[in-house]
Amino acid sequence: MEQKKLAIIATKGTLDWAYPPFILGSTAAALGYDVEIFFTFYGLQLLKKDLDLKVSPLGNPGMPMPMGMDKWFPVLGTALPGMEAMMTMMMKQKMASKGVASVEELRELSQEAEVRFIACQMTVDLFDMDHNQFIDGIEYAGAARFFEFGGEADICMYM
Amino acid sequence: MADYDQELDASGLNCPLPILRAKKTLGAMEAGKVLHIIATDPGSVKDFEAFAKQTGNELMESKEEGGKFHFLIKKA
Repeated sequence: MEQKKLAIIATKGTLDWAYPPFILGSTAAALGYDVEIFFTFYGLQLLKKDLDLKVSPLGNPGMPMPMGMDKWFPVLGTALPGMEAMMTMMMKQKMASKGVASVEELRELSQEAEVRFIACQMTVDLFDMDHNQFIDGIEYAGAARFFEFGGEADICMYM
Repeated sequence: MADYDQELDASGLNCPLPILRAKKTLGAMEAGKVLHIIATDPGSVKDFEAFAKQTGNELMESKEEGGKFHFLIKKA
């Protein structure tokens, strides 16, 4: 049986959006899929050596807030200084207490499972980023390179 | 629970870690050998069924005991 292929396009650079590409990519690889993730725009943040990912309650009404804080801080309150740092810290604590792996660990496991990471060179140039900022083992290429794999994929996901 | 050759304790770990650890452990085992996995994530019950179906490794046993989930997987 021919190996199935999964193509993922990762476009978001926040802590909550860092998880889906690495969770689904690594799991698919464990199930025997050939997997590629194309990181573009803010998705490039997920490939940095020093991850500084945050989660924001601002404009995110679906985000559960601890201790009924959403009642005390409706909409405007979520824009208060320090709110982003506090929610990021709380989210990380919650994840650790529930046995959820860190983004770094999932990223490593993905690479170990031979998931291929493609960074969009156009976006790297657009934001004046440097290849030295990123982890090793990444391929730098453009949209055509993604379609070479994505066009043959059994599943394609946009995140 | 039937005999097994190796054990993997994935207690306290959440999706997708039990599956990833199991895949890695099975990778270092010989065909026909049996891996006993212990997990606490309730989602792992369906996950290991799906893992076995898609990878061809046989899920010999799946049971819950005292809040822990036990799986026996024979490497294909």
